[in-house]
Amino acid sequence: MAFYRAHILVDSGTAAVLKGANAVRNTLIEEIKSRGLDKEIKVVETGALGLAGAVPAIVVYPEGVTYANVTVEDVPEIVEEHLLKGRRVQRLVYKDDTPAVVKAAGSARSAEMRVVLKNIGVIDPTSIDEYIAMSGYEALAKALTAMTPEDVIAEMKASGLNGRGGAGFPTGLKWEFTAKADGDIKYIVCNADEGEPGNFKDRLIMEGDPHQIIEGMVIAAYATGAQKGFIYIRGEYQQSVANTERAIDVAREMGLLGCDIMGSGLNFDIEVFKGAGAYICGEETALLASIEGFRGESRVKPPYPPTHGLFGKPTVINNVETLANVPHIIVNGAQWYSEIGTARSKGTKIFSPCGDVQYPGVYEVPFGSTLREVIFGMAGGIKSGKKFKAVLMGGPSGVLVGEDALDRRLCSEDLNPGAGALIVLDETKCVVDLIRNCAQFFLHESCGQCTPCREGTKRMVELFDWWAAGSGSEQDLMLADQLATTMALTSRCGLGQFAGVAFKSSISLFEDEYLAHLADKSCPAGVCDMDKVEEEVRA
Amino acid sequence: MESCNSNCCVQCDAEVVAIVDKCGRTECNLIPILHQLQRSMGYVSNEAMEKVAAELGISVAQVHGTATFYSLIYTKPHGKNVIRLCDSPPCHLQGSGAIRDAITKAIGIEPGETTSDGNFTFETVSCMGLCGVAPAIMINDDVYGNLTVDAIPSILEKYFACCCKEGC
Amino acid sequence: MANVNIKINGQDLCVDEGLTVLQAAQQAGIGIPTLCYHADLALDGVCRVCSVEVKGQRALCASCVYPVSEGMEVLTHSPKVRNARKVIVELMLANHPQDCLICARNQNCELQAMARELGVQDVRFTGDRKDIPTDSSSTSVVRDPDKCILCGRCVRTCQDIQSVGALHFSGRGWDTEIVAGLGGDLADAVCVSCGQCINRCPTGALKGNDPSAKIWDAIYDPAKHVIVQTAPAVRASIGEEFGMEPGSRVTRKMVTALRMLGFDKVFDTDFTADLTIMEEGSELIQRVTKGGVLPQITSCSPGWINFIEYYYPELLPHLSSCKSPQQMFGTLTKTYYAEKMGIDPKDIVSVSIMPCVAKKFECDRPEMYSSGYKDVDYVLTTREAAAMMKEAGIDLPSLEDGEYDAPFGITTGAGAIFGNTGGVMEAALRTAYELITGEALDDVNITAVRGTDGIREATIQVGALPVKAAVAHGLATAREVLEGIKSGRYKDYAFIEIMCCPGGCIGGGGQPQPTNEEIRKKRIEGIYAEDGAMELRKSHENPAIKAIYEEFLGEPLSHKSHDLLHTTYTPRSQRTVKSEKPTKVQID
Repeated sequence: MAFYRAHILVDSGTAAVLKGANAVRNTLIEEIKSRGLDKEIKVVETGALGLAGAVPAIVVYPEGVTYANVTVEDVPEIVEEHLLKGRRVQRLVYKDDTPAVVKAAGSARSAEMRVVLKNIGVIDPTSIDEYIAMSGYEALAKALTAMTPEDVIAEMKASGLNGRGGAGFPTGLKWEFTAKADGDIKYIVCNADEGEPGNFKDRLIMEGDPHQIIEGMVIAAYATGAQKGFIYIRGEYQQSVANTERAIDVAREMGLLGCDIMGSGLNFDIEVFKGAGAYICGEETALLASIEGFRGESRVKPPYPPTHGLFGKPTVINNVETLANVPHIIVNGAQWYSEIGTARSKGTKIFSPCGDVQYPGVYEVPFGSTLREVIFGMAGGIKSGKKFKAVLMGGPSGVLVGEDALDRRLCSEDLNPGAGALIVLDETKCVVDLIRNCAQFFLHESCGQCTPCREGTKRMVELFDWWAAGSGSEQDLMLADQLATTMALTSRCGLGQFAGVAFKSSISLFEDEYLAHLADKSCPAGVCDMDKVEEEVRA
Repeated sequence: MESCNSNCCVQCDAEVVAIVDKCGRTECNLIPILHQLQRSMGYVSNEAMEKVAAELGISVAQVHGTATFYSLIYTKPHGKNVIRLCDSPPCHLQGSGAIRDAITKAIGIEPGETTSDGNFTFETVSCMGLCGVAPAIMINDDVYGNLTVDAIPSILEKYFACCCKEGC
Repeated sequence: MANVNIKINGQDLCVDEGLTVLQAAQQAGIGIPTLCYHADLALDGVCRVCSVEVKGQRALCASCVYPVSEGMEVLTHSPKVRNARKVIVELMLANHPQDCLICARNQNCELQAMARELGVQDVRFTGDRKDIPTDSSSTSVVRDPDKCILCGRCVRTCQDIQSVGALHFSGRGWDTEIVAGLGGDLADAVCVSCGQCINRCPTGALKGNDPSAKIWDAIYDPAKHVIVQTAPAVRASIGEEFGMEPGSRVTRKMVTALRMLGFDKVFDTDFTADLTIMEEGSELIQRVTKGGVLPQITSCSPGWINFIEYYYPELLPHLSSCKSPQQMFGTLTKTYYAEKMGIDPKDIVSVSIMPCVAKKFECDRPEMYSSGYKDVDYVLTTREAAAMMKEAGIDLPSLEDGEYDAPFGITTGAGAIFGNTGGVMEAALRTAYELITGEALDDVNITAVRGTDGIREATIQVGALPVKAAVAHGLATAREVLEGIKSGRYKDYAFIEIMCCPGGCIGGGGQPQPTNEEIRKKRIEGIYAEDGAMELRKSHENPAIKAIYEEFLGEPLSHKSHDLLHTTYTPRSQRTVKSEKPTKVQID
């Protein structure tokens, strides 16, 4: 391995690339070469650094200085000043009063605790060597050599790790069901169909540190006796597909996948399955139907996937973030893990605040951190000097909370974080408009199998369309509430069951706003177009 | 309607067979096969669906049912460039409505439509995980985020049909 | 099977652990409304009207798919449950034409009945309603997607019972539709026209293609001589349309009713069923003795013919070349009968009343013009015939008995049992045994081939000759048999009876709704009772059959028979796309 006196990490996440990161990287390489520094300094592409508001960004090591909003024009100056002369280009240095996102960049706030994201922005996601250099695959080695499958499951159960996809089922228990289930073949499926609006954390993990997921899956396979794994990545995530596929290929070449992994006799391989555009496939049984070549329609439960899953065989289905936690638990022990977080929510949680915040991005904090810490401490609070109004917790299928929730703790005992999205609204936004938009999302994404969801999502949108056009009546609110209740009680899967939750939570919080739309035919925020002719709207 | 040119059927069949061979001749490869077909032929035609069904030994119903379920699979021809505008809450709150109007103004079609020259198809889609850079669009495989109304004409510029021989 | 203790509405119950909550409730006499559930079909749990409250569950559970477990406590009609069910039905109605008064299923519609049962008195949701054109392209089945509630029964029927898969779900969410083939006309899809989907549809979304208006016209046209034939299965089921029990035998009341409707002659298809036995039996003997393709498979079920033409064209040589009894009848009315009565065949309108909608397709086939005219002009289903009777003010149960007309009025029990699965086989064996051995059967009831198992196999000793025979009904089981023929499993079998519909013709796609195993069994009992009550029970003993051979046909398999009573088959392609030229569109 060659030694370099300095490494420069270039954020090549989607956000950065679309703002010119590739040009910055190329200029950097040329500039370094032209000054004869290419034997001393290595340029490495990393996944997104989590600086969505300030890309392109680069980090220079060993100093760990982060430069933000770098343009091609800035590159010669950085090379000349910093790399040749050792002087920081102060005007570009990522300031301390801006949110601390990258611990590795030396500017992390104490509140952020990177476990799953520790390598993001630090290593080259295409390099398995760098992953291994950061203790990667150590957990797998430990599991295969020093632990029995039962030990692994016991460790997982003791850690208290719960699923990170939103439902929060205990991971160790899920694995145990599959381990104990009869089956000549068993599967591990990684649910990477991250489709809940406002969530983009799994994308970051896949783009920035895909080996973590692979390692977690191999450990799960060892624990449960599975032979085959699938990573179901949504079709829109092309970069995630590319990075993950490449990581799988490299891992296979190194004997970390395939036959006789690490000489342990374990046979396990992974395939990436690219989704084809359906939010419902994030529902685990719909996801399985999709892999099998069918419409992404949920299946009847029970039986549950741990015993009757893919192709009817026992199957573990875990979210990306869940699996990414596994290696850390195995290496550091359940004891260490269970000390992080709260009594019922162990470990860290990745949040993705977006909407009207100053620094939308991905932040990892221990469970039990407050909503305020994430939104104001990390995401920089509300942008453009406006006031906070509300936050949609976890996305459209979550609840809407207002200012009084800011000091609540993010954990299952208090404010359930869902999958981690925090869609933040400032004072200028209209709640009716937001919930109408959520309703449109569910109408578009309902699979159409069951009556309450297929018909209910349609009627919900129609009611909101009327309200937002000034054609609502106060009785409508009762009807919509009854509809939301019926959908929650009788829909076949989570999609329909949660489609009306945000609406229901918003009525009590923002009753005035609803009444203004329904009784006074006015939108206090001035967002809805209230002056359409009633007859035309509600024919 | 134009009657079938037998030569084109043969070509389509051959392409389907090649793709099915590559992906694997089992039912669970249906979605990868549909992805590949779309990549090579632009969309999944009725003819191709029948051939896929025959090759995999499954019913046309399953192929058609599956193909029409997923929003990234097209069973009808679409424009050369597909503009996907996210209209889920994070983008909506950051003004995707104004971006939609700007795109409509630039290319003269509403979401769900294709331009008469077949150059653009415009559609609104659910969240693409670009919430950190909302509002966002994808044009084919390219992502554009932190959009402003003013940025739209220059972004679309390079997708307008070009007149040079090579195409670009 | 072990038992579990559960509580439904406070009542302690001890039930089999394999049951669903719905089944457990039914056993306890507690009715739970259902729509997508059907006893013949796999469980799906999509309509959600059977939702119940299960203690400890956040949401309600669909009782039709939810298994019982120890200690479970269920509430089937709590306020929460009743309100939710009402809203669900309200949602269905909001997207439904609500034109009950003019719907074919008025007063026999499960959605209508449910709205009444649940006390739904208002539809508060007013907005878009689907608006999809009715598809009448098929001569057999008419689809009105606007009336469809997407319960999926038709899809499961087509895929699971018939293994055809012409119908399926397409699109997603609000845009979900049940479509045929590639989303075009049903006539262009690989549909075998069996109509089993109609029998299980809870609403008016599927019905037969009804020709009754043309028949009324013919009846009231003095220039036309309108004759009608009645299929074996109709007599044991048409009473259901008038509130009678399934299996009630109304053969002679039906004759009276048809005469009252104005048909010039009322004949019995049982007659040509007997004739089929003579032809098909002779064909079998010929194949066995002269080394033809074996096993020979029956050909009287037109849905089955469509199926083999589409899916197993390579096995067509196994089919008997005999036309179905309906078509033999049609040909004879416009040849033999016309000649005998001195009527110009062009003035004869030949109508048949069938338990079947595939018969509508069959009579339109180009092969079915051997008389020089369209052999059968119109096919009415059992349902449509009953509707005509009602329109004419006829109350079938209260009618006096009537007699079929000569010359096609004399029939045997062998002809009657064509109406149920195993019947053709039994009828053929009765005749074959006596013709081959020259001895009388001790017992004409050949019970080895009776019953309702999907596939029944038997070896019947015909003199010194052991004859291996198999019987199958429903196309999914037919497919198993055909795969068996391909794999050599049936290589030493002589004769196989295949009927398209479960239960045979008594379960046909034109029969009264609803249908289920119990109803079909009662109809079968009715048919065997009809057989048992007949004086003649063997086709070859039918004097009218003897007469027609003497007067007209000569002998079985004669030239004339071949011309008039036999047919050919057409291999069909499953590829239906005819007119699409793919446009190359490249993204990237």
